[in-house]
Parts: sequence; C-alpha cells; structure tokens
Amino acid sequence: MPISTSSAVQRFDDKARESFESVGQTTVYRGELLRHPVYTRLLHWMVALFFFLALFTGFAIYLPWLFRWFTPIFGGGPLSRVMHPWFGVGFVFFFGLQALNWLQPMIWTAADSNWTRNMGKIVSGEAKMDPPDTGFFNAGQKIQFWEIVGGCVAYLITGIILWAGARTFGRISVAISYVVHDISALIMLGGIFIHIYESTFGQPGTFQSMIRGAVSEAWAWTFHPAWYKQVAGRDPQQACEEARRQMTTGSKP
Amino acid sequence: MADRRTLQAEMISAHSGPAPGYGMQRDLEVCKLVDTTTCIGCKACEVACAEWNDLPFSPTTFDNTYQTMPETRWNFWNLIKFNEHQNPDGTIQWLMRKDQCMHCADPGCLAACPADGAIVKYANGIVDFNQENCIGCEFCVSGCPFNIPRFNPETKRVYKCTLCSDRVGEGLEPACIKACPTGCLKFGTKDDMKFIGEERAKQLRENFGWQNAGVYDPQSVGGTHVIYVLHDATDPERYGDLPKNPQIPWSYTVWKWLFKPVLGTFALFGFLGVLFHYVTSGPRRTQPEPPEKDGADANINV
Ligand code: HEM
Ligand code: SF4
Ligand code: SF4
Repeated sequence: MPISTSSAVQRFDDKARESFESVGQTTVYRGELLRHPVYTRLLHWMVALFFFLALFTGFAIYLPWLFRWFTPIFGGGPLSRVMHPWFGVGFVFFFGLQALNWLQPMIWTAADSNWTRNMGKIVSGEAKMDPPDTGFFNAGQKIQFWEIVGGCVAYLITGIILWAGARTFGRISVAISYVVHDISALIMLGGIFIHIYESTFGQPGTFQSMIRGAVSEAWAWTFHPAWYKQVAGRDPQQACEEARRQMTTGSKP
Repeated sequence: MADRRTLQAEMISAHSGPAPGYGMQRDLEVCKLVDTTTCIGCKACEVACAEWNDLPFSPTTFDNTYQTMPETRWNFWNLIKFNEHQNPDGTIQWLMRKDQCMHCADPGCLAACPADGAIVKYANGIVDFNQENCIGCEFCVSGCPFNIPRFNPETKRVYKCTLCSDRVGEGLEPACIKACPTGCLKFGTKDDMKFIGEERAKQLRENFGWQNAGVYDPQSVGGTHVIYVLHDATDPERYGDLPKNPQIPWSYTVWKWLFKPVLGTFALFGFLGVLFHYVTSGPRRTQPEPPEKDGADANINV
C-alpha cells in the first residue's frame, strides 16, 4: 500500500513515515480511500494535545480572574506558568514537523483562489459539492494551515522573549511581545472552533480521516473532487451521479 | 492609620455645628524622603532592611566602587547606588542614591500583573507583593519603570521593598529610616515630606549654589511614595538609572483593560459562529444524500 498520497518527493521524514506505518495501522475498506497515514495522524494529535495544554495553561495568565476555577486543574497559577512555555514548545515542535509533512499539498494554487471566490456558496451549503478543481486540501484548510505556521513563528519569537523576561530582553520588548502573543492566540482559538466544527459536525465523514486514516469515496468526490480524480482515476461528477442512480433505483453494483 | 480615619465621626445627629475633629487628620498617605545630598553611603539602611525583613545572606561582588552589589536582588531590596559624576567644569561628584521600590501612585507593576491579589496598593500608598498569589510570570518586571521587582528562581515568586508595611501598619517607621545616622532618610505623611524636601531643595539652591536642586516626585506615575531631594533635579539619570519621565507601557493599560476582554469575546464568536452555522444551514453531507422518505429527491440542486 502506498504510504502517502500527498507527496511522492523523497524527504527527510520518509523513514519516520515508513516506520510509523509499521507501528500503527491503516485499514482501507472497499469503497474507501487512504487519506492520512499513521505519521500524519500521530503528529496531528500531538499538535492538538499540546495546543490545548498550552491554551488552557495560558488562560491562567491571560485572564486569571475569569479562569480561576479552571487553573487548579493544572496545579494552580504558578505551575501553569511554569508548564505553559513547555507545552508551547511541544506544540511548535510537533506542528513544525507537520508543516514539513504538509508543505507540498498546502501550496496555494489557482484552484484555491477559485474556491475562495465561491466560499459563500460552499459554506452556506448552496453548493452541495466543492468546486471540481478542489485538491487534497481546500483553500479554507490551507488558510488555516498558513495561519498556524505564521502563528507558530509569532509564538516562538514572542514566547522566548516572555520566557526569558524583562531581565534579558528589556521591559518594552516584553510589553510588546505579550500583546502579539495574545493576538496570535486569539486568532488561533477562533480558527480552531471552526476547524473542529468542520472536521466533525460540519462535514460528517471527515473525522475518521484523522482517526482511522481513511475516508469514503463519496466523501472524497464531494469535498475534494480533484484529489478523488487523481487517486481513483474516475470523474467525480460521474461517480456521484452513478451512485445516485444506484441509490434511487436501489440496485447494488 | 486607616482605621482611625474610617472611625472618625463625620456627622452626628442633632449636633450643633460640624462633628468635632472631623477633617482634622491630615494626609493619609505615607512617604519616605531620601535626601541624596546628605547620604554618606554608610549602608546602615541596607543592613537594617535585610535584618528586619529576615532576608537571607547574599554574597556580594566587589567592583571597585562604593556600591555593595551591582543591583538589588530578590533578597536585597535596598541598595545604595554609587555613581561618580563629572561636572562640565571638571569637578567630580560622588552620588549616593538609595535604590528601592518607589511605591508609585500608579504602579506599573500592578497594572502589568495578571494574578489576582499578587500585588496590592494600600490607601496609604504602599505597594505590596503577596507572594502567595504570585504566579511568577515576571510581567511586573516589565511594567515597572524603576526596574525593581526581583525574581527568585527557587520559589518562582517576585520580591521587593514593602516600605515595611508590617511596621507602618503598627505605627512605626520603616527599618531603614530608623537606622539612618545622618537624617538623610525621613518618614511621614506625603504632604510633610514634600514640604521638607522642597525646603531642603530651596536651601540647596539659595545657600549651596545648586541651582537645579529639586524634589523628585515623578508625576508621570502619579507621584511616588518615596521621593528624593536631588542636587540636580533636571538630570535624575546621573543617579544611576533614575528615569526622568518614568512610563508604564500602554499594553498594560489600554490593552489589558479594554482589548483583552473585547478580543476574548471576539474569539468566542468563533464558537458561536459555528453553532449558528450548524443550526441554520446545517452540516454539509457527502453526496449523493439518500432520498427523503416520501421518495422526493433531496438533491435537486447538485
Ligand atoms: C479536537 C480537536 C481537533 C479535531 C477533531 C481535528 C480534526 C481534524 C481532521 C479530521 C483533520 C483532517 C481534515 C482532512 O482530512 O481534510 C484535521 C486536519 C488538520 N488539523 Fe485538526 N483537529 C483538531 C485539533 C487541531 C488543532 C488544535 C490543530 C492546530 C492547532 C489542528 C491542525 C490541523 C491542521 C493544520 C490540519 C490540516 C488542514 C485542515 O484540515 O484544516 N487540529 N484535523
Ligand atoms: S517602583 Fe516599580 S515595583 Fe515599586 S510600585 Fe513602582 S512600579 Fe511597582
Ligand atoms: S511575577 Fe509579578 S506580575 Fe507575575 S504574578 Fe508575580 S507579582 Fe504578578
């Protein structure tokens, strides 16, 4: 079974991707397509874990009067403060690996500009299927990806300044960094709500791509038609129509 | 002090004339006056501070000056800063300035601190750190224009001069004041200290030829509860980083009180937004969707 459908380029993490495949497993049933290999899934959930650890410990520092009921979960304010930077480092580290893993499929293309122009129709559900040229990731996913890449850079720079503190970097750089750090967190938090929604309730069938690694063919031709065409070798529109005929007549293939 | 003031009768029923004694007590705010012109650099105040506050011994580094150590430390809150200043006419001045928390009326440390109750300012002007509530983020270090709060890496808490709030609460003067042999340190109400300081500055101007002598009580932080008499009030920087115009960064004033809550709410709209999407337009399903029960095709506009 091919390990990745997203990139055929020889890369530094090819070895890791292979060895993770032998540790975990991905079963692709008939009528399904491989979406995310074990390596990608593992990275994704490490990113999510460290993101939320950093987020929740960050609350203690962001608005403590609002989250004083919450911080005891992490052992109180001082411990939250000690752990927060380490969780942040974990988040940036795993997302860094993920970013390298996904760099190639995340490159912006003309199809993405097209998707963005039709975003209103897609989000409102007026367009039942994504535009035919939508590839492995759609423009919305790419925007979120690059936002997180930018956010990670901002976190890292400002976070190190806040970590070492005013004694090392001077009081003004700390005062500026903390505002940038806050804004970066808020943008990402707003984006994560949308992300979690879209990958669970908003688009049923998506969640299993990060759990089992496979998606149904119907999911693929609906939301990522160009990718479907590439890996299944069939025309997405035709495949969908065929499935509809079978469904309405009740006949099995 | 505060108690006597709050239990002062303000109005008395059926009493002719104003309540006896009302308005008699003067300033509630305390103040320490440091006259740099009479400080001899004896370090008695440093010792008294470490003694009274039970501060553990801190090894010093000798750098060939009359200064005990380069900076104040988490366990050394009161440091006589020594500076050799060369005047334009070539003469040399040895400047001694008692460096400690200034107990600002608008404390930048307090504005910057994110932890509930870690820093309090009392009505008498003393700014105090409560280490049991401190989370050790060191934002106070960045908020303070006087570079005062000091972090203890072991306890992960921040410490500084308390203006001996424990002594002052009992009606005593701070330990450093008690120890000073020259009378260069004085303690009393802010009004009195301001008055004495100004008198001394006038004396310096008129009788000693220090034309620019004055009192340092920077209004950019609302005034301080430690004030200095300086030989040259136009150039406080020469006394070892005493800022002429101390400032609190706007990110601790505007950002914290306005943008923090506003933007926090804004991020929450991400959540409300997806909820709204779910109940209005609903999820997008994979195509084709199964036909509806009555047989009508649910996917007319594919
Ligand atoms: C419980 C929370 C989360 C869930 C349920 C979730 C679910 C998913 C799923 C199902 C995918 C695959 C989408 C696809 O195959 O098209 C995905 C992709 C992705 N996830 Fe998450 N995720 C969560 C948290 C996070 C967090 C915290 C981050 C980073 C801060 C993150 C970053 C990403 C990125 C960058 C992608 C690729 C682009 C995209 O699909 O938007 N995820 N996630
Ligand atoms: S001098 Fe610094 S530590 Fe002291 S009250 Fe002012 S801002 Fe706070
Ligand atoms: S380190 Fe300073 S700013 Fe941070 S919680 Fe402690 S007193 Fe407040």
